[in-house]
Amino acid sequence: MHIVVCIKQVPDSAQIRVHPVTNTIMRQGVPTIVNPYDLYALEEALRLKDEYGARVTVLTMGPPMAEAALRKAISYGADDAVLVTDRIFAGSDTLATSYALAAAIQQISKDIPVDLVFTGKQTIDGDTAQVGPGVAKRLEMQLLTYVSKIRSLDTDRQEIVVERRSEGGVQVLKTKIPSLITVLEGNNEMRFATMANMFRAARYPVKIWNKDAAGIEDPTKTGLKGSPTVVSKVFAPTPRATKAEIIQCESNEPKDLSVTLLAKMFTKFPNIEKELLKRSA
Amino acid sequence: MSEETKKPAPAGKKKFELDERLKAYKGVWVFIEHERGAIHPVSLELLGEGRKLADMLGVELTGVVMGPPGETTRSFCQEAFYHGADLCYLIEDPLLQDYRNEPYTKGLTDLVNKYQPEILFLGATTLGRDLAGSVATTLKTGLTADCTELNIDLDVRSLLASRPTFGGSLLCTIQTLNYRPQMATVRPRVMAMPERDATRNGRIIEDTLGMIESSIITKVLEFIPDEMQDKPQLPFADIIVAGGRGMKKPENFKLIWELAQVLGAEVGATRPVVQAGWVELDRQVGQSGKTVRPKLYIAVGISGAIQHRVGMDASDVIIAINNDPNAPIFDFAHYGIVGNAMTILPALTEAFKAHLATARKAG
Ligand SMILES: Cc1cc2nc3c(=O)[nH]c(=O)nc-3n(C[C@H](O)[C@H](O)[C@H](O)COP(=O)(O)OP(=O)(O)OC[C@H]3O[C@@H](n4cnc5c(N)ncnc54)[C@H](O)[C@@H]3O)c2cc1C
Ligand SMILES: Cc1cc2nc3c(=O)[nH]c(=O)nc-3n(C[C@H](O)[C@H](O)[C@H](O)COP(=O)(O)OP(=O)(O)OC[C@H]3O[C@@H](n4cnc5c(N)ncnc54)[C@H](O)[C@@H]3O)c2cc1C
Repeated sequence: MHIVVCIKQVPDSAQIRVHPVTNTIMRQGVPTIVNPYDLYALEEALRLKDEYGARVTVLTMGPPMAEAALRKAISYGADDAVLVTDRIFAGSDTLATSYALAAAIQQISKDIPVDLVFTGKQTIDGDTAQVGPGVAKRLEMQLLTYVSKIRSLDTDRQEIVVERRSEGGVQVLKTKIPSLITVLEGNNEMRFATMANMFRAARYPVKIWNKDAAGIEDPTKTGLKGSPTVVSKVFAPTPRATKAEIIQCESNEPKDLSVTLLAKMFTKFPNIEKELLKRSA
Repeated sequence: MSEETKKPAPAGKKKFELDERLKAYKGVWVFIEHERGAIHPVSLELLGEGRKLADMLGVELTGVVMGPPGETTRSFCQEAFYHGADLCYLIEDPLLQDYRNEPYTKGLTDLVNKYQPEILFLGATTLGRDLAGSVATTLKTGLTADCTELNIDLDVRSLLASRPTFGGSLLCTIQTLNYRPQMATVRPRVMAMPERDATRNGRIIEDTLGMIESSIITKVLEFIPDEMQDKPQLPFADIIVAGGRGMKKPENFKLIWELAQVLGAEVGATRPVVQAGWVELDRQVGQSGKTVRPKLYIAVGISGAIQHRVGMDASDVIIAINNDPNAPIFDFAHYGIVGNAMTILPALTEAFKAHLATARKAG
């Protein structure tokens, strides 16, 4: 059993600041983390490894510094790590990203065939949830998104049964391996790194692949060139034309303020009063 | 829609000419999502928005309905007409009983290749995102996720799809220039629900799926519905009382519940409140929570950070209570009271109670 987990290094968005004048992102000094959703995917793979025995390879496409994300994954217990990095990948949208990742997974498969590919539900920067479905289609793997639980895995029959979150309930699906699973958050918690794995991570020779090593056959399908979507503008949300009417009255007591507020609101928006009367009737 | 997005592509960019082969792509499509016999409201909301864009482009608005044979599936075409569609492509097949990626991807991709729409919208639901991602990859076209504004650059007939970026602090506009169709997903409740007009009608064009069960690898073993009874239904609530970190302690949050009870409202919250465990995740309003569109939104002890704002901005009337007169929430609320939530909330609850009792008596 060989599981590839795709992980992405992302800026810790909680710490991103926007320049107050130019409205541009101030990235300097913003720490990077492993996309939090991807840790659920990694933990799920490690659990399958515990239970069924598996080799877990982590894969990322990104700048050279993304190697740190892979080492982190090794410290949690991943066996192998591949960084796909090349200047031509810069500016990739999800279609181009899925092309590069799919090529790399095929390359990884040449050593040991890949049975399962795991991704997170989505990232916290691009946040599209499109890369998983894209990679699955390119590799012609069965796609299982928003998986909340792996019920069973039968390696002899190459069958897997999962629970998938859908609108209004949970779908229980049975499918064949190889398949690609996007793992939903909140079903497991990342284990702690062991001392032994931390040492291993520090010394681990991450495989660093450029476009040729990653088996990219058509470089025009990657990077900006290979991306159908173009960001044409970044802008701040338009402020509303008028600010809130601040309610004041002579006493400024909470009770009087509240009465004034209701009187004003119900005069200007009588439908809201109707709505409230309707529901309490 | 903001002024910003109405401007054509940034100055200095050379005039764009669409590839000849792609000029044949015409029309705006909305994938009509349904599960367990009911249309997902996001599809109707998309028809409302799609109608505007189709009119701007001077083309037809088309619904795509796929499902098991029968009256229910056909009725979805009718609903699509009532909500603005001119035309529906319909594929009925027993294999489409439950949603599965494989047959739905094939059905939708085949239709696109055959009838060539210039724009294709899907809801950003678990189903829509699953399907959109694989259809876009199969068609090798661009897909913009979770858009909050849609517009057309008429100069180049191109979709302007805007979405939050970088943790939600800014918006960006994304275009898919030399690829067709231009695909985008939109989350539920981001767009307004159009009026239902039962006098409208449209044409149905039928097609076939051309698959057999044995060729589909994934099987649905079972469906376990959620316990709907006690799950908060925030996205569809008409009145919401929401509390933020300004409520200070979990015990104070009961003041929020008390007002909500008097109004028959749902309770919402900001992310820090959810993370602190004062209320469940289903009540989080905002970019990483639910998008809501109530008639009345009362925000108490909420600063009005952009990530919260994008989830509730479309409320008809917003009342804010905050002790900081400079809190950003006052920039976009309709009414504000500056003061301590712990004293104002009980007074507001009493005022609503008294007013509604009097009004009811007056009849
Ligand atoms: C603000 C912003 C908005 C964007 N909007 C769009 C858009 O609307 N459409 C579009 O096509 N592109 C968009 N992009 C580009 C997109 O973010 C990149 O293509 C990115 O490489 C992958 O998309 P994602 O981050 O949304 O990943 P998602 O699809 O959300 O990621 C899902 C999973 O795929 C895996 N994964 C994703 N990227 C990598 C990677 N580089 N290496 C390894 N595993 C990975 C992870 O497991 C992750 O959990 C946007 C980028 C930004 C910064
Ligand atoms: C990627 C990302 C996604 C996010 N998604 C969401 C999301 O979906 N939803 C969300 O809400 N946030 C989200 N956030 C967090 C968001 O940025 C803000 O941190 C959050 O909305 C602030 O919550 P708050 O208003 O409750 O708290 P604060 O910002 O701390 O505001 C508390 C307010 O209460 C007022 N106050 C204090 N005491 C009193 C009192 N006694 N009486 C009255 N007022 C008082 C203060 O003046 C202040 O304005 C996200 C952030 C990131 C980075």
